Amino acid sequence: MSKLLSMIALATSALATNAYAATSKYGLPDPESPIAREIYSLHTLILWICVVIFVLVFGMMFISIFKHRKSVGHKAAHFHENTTVEVIWTVIPFVILMGMAYPATKTIIDMKDTSNPDLTIKATGYQWKWGYDYLKGEGSLAGVSDGITVYASLATPMDQIYENAPKSENYLLEVDNELVVPINKKIRILTTAADVIHAWWVPAFGVKQDAIPGFIRDTWFLVEKPGVYRGQCAELCGKEHGFMPIVVRAVDEAEFKDWAAKNKSAAAPADAPMQVAAAGGTSAPAAAAGPVDGKKTYDGLCAACHGAGIAGAPKVGDKGAWATRIAQGEGTLVDHAIKGIRTMPAKGGNPALSDAEVKAAVDHMVELSK
Amino acid sequence: MEAVHGHDHSHDHHHPTGLTRWLMTTNHKDIGTLYLWFSFAMFITGGLLALGIRAELFKPGMQLWQPEFFNQLTTMHGLIMVFGAIMPAFVGFANWQIPLMIGASDMAFARMNNFSFWLLPPAAALLVTSFFVPGGATGAGWTLYAPLSVQQGMGMDLAIFAVHIMGASSIMGSINIITTILNMRAPGMTLMKMPLFVWTWLITAYLLIAVMPVLAGAVTMLLTDRHFDTHFFNAAGGGDPVLYQHVFWFFGHPEVYIMILPAFGIVSQVIPAFARKPLFGYASMVYATASIAILSFIVWAHHMFVVGMPAAGQLFFMYATMLIAVPTGVKVFNWVATMWKGSMTFETPMLFSVGFLFVFSMGGFTGLVCAITPIDIQIQDTYYVVAHFHYVLVAGSLFALFSGTYFWLPKWTGHMYDEKLGKLHFWCSMIFFNLTFFVMHFLGLAGMPRRVPDYATQFADFNMIASIGAFGFGLSQLIFLWCVIKCIKGGEKAPAKPWEGADSLEWTLPSPAPYHSFETPPIVK
Repeated sequence: MSKLLSMIALATSALATNAYAATSKYGLPDPESPIAREIYSLHTLILWICVVIFVLVFGMMFISIFKHRKSVGHKAAHFHENTTVEVIWTVIPFVILMGMAYPATKTIIDMKDTSNPDLTIKATGYQWKWGYDYLKGEGSLAGVSDGITVYASLATPMDQIYENAPKSENYLLEVDNELVVPINKKIRILTTAADVIHAWWVPAFGVKQDAIPGFIRDTWFLVEKPGVYRGQCAELCGKEHGFMPIVVRAVDEAEFKDWAAKNKSAAAPADAPMQVAAAGGTSAPAAAAGPVDGKKTYDGLCAACHGAGIAGAPKVGDKGAWATRIAQGEGTLVDHAIKGIRTMPAKGGNPALSDAEVKAAVDHMVELSK
Repeated sequence: MEAVHGHDHSHDHHHPTGLTRWLMTTNHKDIGTLYLWFSFAMFITGGLLALGIRAELFKPGMQLWQPEFFNQLTTMHGLIMVFGAIMPAFVGFANWQIPLMIGASDMAFARMNNFSFWLLPPAAALLVTSFFVPGGATGAGWTLYAPLSVQQGMGMDLAIFAVHIMGASSIMGSINIITTILNMRAPGMTLMKMPLFVWTWLITAYLLIAVMPVLAGAVTMLLTDRHFDTHFFNAAGGGDPVLYQHVFWFFGHPEVYIMILPAFGIVSQVIPAFARKPLFGYASMVYATASIAILSFIVWAHHMFVVGMPAAGQLFFMYATMLIAVPTGVKVFNWVATMWKGSMTFETPMLFSVGFLFVFSMGGFTGLVCAITPIDIQIQDTYYVVAHFHYVLVAGSLFALFSGTYFWLPKWTGHMYDEKLGKLHFWCSMIFFNLTFFVMHFLGLAGMPRRVPDYATQFADFNMIASIGAFGFGLSQLIFLWCVIKCIKGGEKAPAKPWEGADSLEWTLPSPAPYHSFETPPIVK
């Protein structure tokens, strides 16, 4: 109880003094890019204007509440309009709004200027992880990181989420593979998605951009300080929406070049990176060598629905449900599994699976259900 | 013979009994009562879902639900509160009060009135039972964004049908309200003499007729994308997921005003009554309401600042949205000016109206913050937005509904409600509401996304406060239920006009208002 009271006191004192004090607990996080800084000061400006208006208007209201009450014997006046006053309180807010619109307009134009980037990275939202492709660009970093692909999945173990282990410092805000970018360079982010709409959001950069399947959008940032910056998917994208964080590591240019050189060689076809996700049972991308294991894919992904027959999925082993489907031929089944059918998302919701892996999983299920 | 016939006639119409009275009724008061009880039941249902959300969010980690069920809770909480609780509650007020306030004997289309109510329970049944179909209820958020909503199970189809049915109900209700107001006013009551509640409902009804078909179109396209292989929202077939958002918000933003304009109307009746002073700036109130309604059609894309619009689009929608602050400001100033130099007393209706004014305005200010595109890009889809729209929807619409309920309960039941209970309800609601939602501003600014079942540990203490507040707020509503039931069952006999400063036509009738009222229209000077 006393803890609760102290928390309430904390909240109210923060409100009373400065709602966006140095700590980011009560306000926008410390801005780390020019755009974020503009947004931060815009918010400060508008918050203060609102506070002043609020105090004036409700100051009047509370004076009235205390003075103009029947219990203190106040007799009601009978005025009910005053054109001058009404014009004034229509025009003044209008002027104040124009004062707010001016700096906001400048910021919008700055945010929209994605021209001449030093580096362009495509961020693809998947259910539920992020993929980053360093594109071949023409900026000052052209050629440094071309062709590198990184998949970033939640690194927080399920044990922590389900209360079986103590929570780590960056609980839910940690990934297996961070997005690495150089500092003091204009980074253009192209966003898209493979399945549903996601949103790429890093608060400290003042960047949030929806990632829309089938379309490309862009945004940009420039980080000044080396460090690790954390964000999350900001658009509801299904069951693990809360579990697909974004982690950006900003390093100086030399370090970035080292990192890129290492990862470029790793990206060579001979030894494709094994981007094994910690959560969701996703497996290696198509380029992965080795035999394709249908059972593994089934256990890690398909069984979620097909194991128990959820959402209309034919239950594995239910010969009746499978007979008509098997009759359609393997090609049709695999095609449906790849493209999705009815409530089943494409590739069972894991676009990182190769067609061969999907086919192997289908074969495995058919084998068990004949 | 004549006398016998007359007796039978009055017997039929004055005292129909049992279930058929409610099923077959064409009486605006009965239908109003049905709407109000229906919306209260939905309010409790949606509230329980909200408590399910807050219980899971009480501390970091997953304790109670699976993430997909959590998404179903947030989605159905939104759908049920918007379409089941707030909107039907206002229609209930319209049914009860509009004929009484304009001196009409009933609503214009009495049978359609019955039908538009009885469409709602099946729609609600579809929504509630969708939890129990395979795959559960839809978890795509109340906005049902494609393509996520295309992926959902059959719970989504039930939600789509429910939205269709409730839309049809709203359109019929609106036609009825417009016709009643335009044709059935007492002699001498010109439009500019109508009580402001009637004005706000007239404008709201036009908004409903304009936008409910748009929503129906959006969810129908969703339905055909889901089942009939159309590709309205699928890029691979030449469609665009963002199209859904444009169509949805073209409905969705006027919908926001559909849920707040009648609240403005209620507050505009209550404040003058308890300030014992006429409403300040009646004409400007009417014009401000109309301006808000018109502006509501050109601001929809401010819900979509992060989908990636051209700068010109962002600027247009930002300027248009900011403009709404002007008429809204005029309203707030007018209410304060109405209180100024009045002779105020603070019975429960006035407490809720003043509470509305104070807390709704905070929601108005955060609305202005959200209107500024660059700031919105930072706080969109965070708890800041959750705080903002609960300030306008709970402290706005809901507090106004409470205010109106206490204001007119004596007229509806013939008894005075228990003032002590009413005040207790107000203070509990006010305190717990702010406990729940004020801290959400901090959470949103600091970067907690909305619609997540779990969160990073730095958000833990504010979430705990919000959850405690939510349970307090939920329990406070039992006080309301108790107070209303107590008032229906008995209590001090209410005079025709229990509030000294009230002056509209309903107060000329005895309390409770007779089953048939104004069979001879009153003359308005």
